[in-house]
Amino acid sequence: MKLLTGNELRSGAVTWWTGSGWSLHVEDAVDVGEHGEAVLHAEEGARRVNAPYIIDAVATPQGPRPAHIKDRVRALGPTVRPDLTLKPADPAAGDWII
Amino acid sequence: MYKYDHFDQSIVDARVAEFRDQVNRRIAGEITEDQFKPLRLMNGLYLQLHAYMLRVAIPYGTLDSRQMRMLAHIARKYDRDYGHFTTRQNIQYNWIKLEECADLLEELATVEMHAIQTSGNCIRNISSDQYAGAAADEVADPRPWAELLRQWSTFHPEFSYLPRKFKIAVIASPEDRAAMRLHDIGLELVRQNGELGARVFVGGGMGRTPMIAPEINPFVKADDLLSYIEACLRVYNRYGRRDNIYKARIKILVHEIGADEYRRQVAEEFAHVKTLGIDPPLAELERISAFFAPPAFDAADVEPDRSDPDFAVWLDQNVKPHKQAGYAIVNISLKPIGGIPGDATSAQIDVMADLAEQYGFDELRVTHAQNIVLPHVAKRDLHAVWQALREAQLADANLDLISDIIACPGLDYCSLANARSIPVAQKIATRFADMDRQRDLGELKLKISGCINACGHHHAGHIGILGVDRKGVENYQLTFGGSGAEDVSIGKIIGPGFDEDGVVDAVEKATEVYKTLREGDERFIDTYRRVGLEPFKEAIYG
Repeated sequence: MKLLTGNELRSGAVTWWTGSGWSLHVEDAVDVGEHGEAVLHAEEGARRVNAPYIIDAVATPQGPRPAHIKDRVRALGPTVRPDLTLKPADPAAGDWII
Repeated sequence: MYKYDHFDQSIVDARVAEFRDQVNRRIAGEITEDQFKPLRLMNGLYLQLHAYMLRVAIPYGTLDSRQMRMLAHIARKYDRDYGHFTTRQNIQYNWIKLEECADLLEELATVEMHAIQTSGNCIRNISSDQYAGAAADEVADPRPWAELLRQWSTFHPEFSYLPRKFKIAVIASPEDRAAMRLHDIGLELVRQNGELGARVFVGGGMGRTPMIAPEINPFVKADDLLSYIEACLRVYNRYGRRDNIYKARIKILVHEIGADEYRRQVAEEFAHVKTLGIDPPLAELERISAFFAPPAFDAADVEPDRSDPDFAVWLDQNVKPHKQAGYAIVNISLKPIGGIPGDATSAQIDVMADLAEQYGFDELRVTHAQNIVLPHVAKRDLHAVWQALREAQLADANLDLISDIIACPGLDYCSLANARSIPVAQKIATRFADMDRQRDLGELKLKISGCINACGHHHAGHIGILGVDRKGVENYQLTFGGSGAEDVSIGKIIGPGFDEDGVVDAVEKATEVYKTLREGDERFIDTYRRVGLEPFKEAIYG
């Protein structure tokens, strides 16, 4: 599957295309299939997201998981600071990253 | 310390206002990211993995308690309560919001600080010896010269669009504590028949093509120094490659045309530049130097009570001799076992500011090894300083030991990285947590980079670790034999790479080989240089 991701323009936070908007949680991301480039260009114009790009991902029961380690790290937060990730209260939240 | 005059303050204030307007235009959609990116980079604002990252300049690593407290305030108000001190003696904030950045810079400007020229193809923050003004072996204080270079290079119209970024280091001691010869230009202040001048080295650097800078001039008189540096830059600006980013640094130019030809061209250019009158008049040099006059040293020369064994270890490891009797140089390690090299919380930054104000003539330094220095502490106050540092978890006594690791942010933060650096540093430090074991190994400089750009200085590590991406999996190459000190050398790759745990095991095996083969008071690197790679390779790869 293909995901569209970028960073929020104003905050810089990592964000994922949900089909109708953007979410901070990769679990909300949808397969953009062949439409990624079109969405990307439209969203660049909308000024909500900075430097959007399309990545490969794998569908799992827990939701989409980026194929490349860099995007997996982006999806949750720094592996060395669980307290700064999107799920600071869940010690197992990053088990799938590495 | 240097204090801004009206011109310094007004150009920084003007830049903040200009950047605020640029940010507003970007958010309003009046300029695209392609148009905005070079503007934000000129103001030190990157887009990293998780957020915008702001790199704040700390000129030659020197700051006072008021500035240090501002760094803590910014971490608290605009970031997530911590900052990361870097190998360029700067600080980075990892979670900055674009919409708040101009407010941040406005606050920073109130304490004579900014983020200008911390990115882009310009002359970056001038770095220097963290012991400047305190080291017994310096021939002069390098800070007035670093400050002069800062003023000369700030918004230099001719050098704002160089082929590539440009880094200058200034030292004034035979002992090199600033990795001087691994800079685009390295200056070592020296005296010749009583006259002050500089040895000039050009074309060093790390990155994907590490090179040690050759000496281009053994003695440039102080009166000529600015003109000579201008000539060095002019030759580079004219002939440095702009067609290939990987060959654009000055080291490639010097290497390709040869040091002799580069030297000849600089001499030719210097003859012209010298007619332009850019070297400052004596009065201006004296004005700048006056800011760096020694503080009013008046403490009696008393040795501290060493009866507390933990304090005694800290004294032996982290406290260095001062040129003034009764005083010492205190190194504050930002390398707690299992911690993140170079990181400090807002509270810790405040503690260091308080200590500088109370015990250190209001001065702090950031080191290229990502630690903090209080350069002038009375020996009678060392115990009180240590107690306060211990309270703040800043009293690790591991300066220059195996756990005093330089590490770049790596794949945990950096969009360029291929592998994580910090977890490797944490595992190695934890493996060698026992202080007796570390101290038995002695000076061992271990440096980790998460990609070939070498921000973690792995080429200059006695043991270097380079993280690479092997088909989407982190892999770590080991290098041995590097040094950023006066015995400068580039480390060599020892063989195939390892996974994260494997590289920790390999480092441990290397230390065992060293312990077996060392003679006398040899350091790891001395033994390696004497016996060569083979015994280490045999133990590591079997």
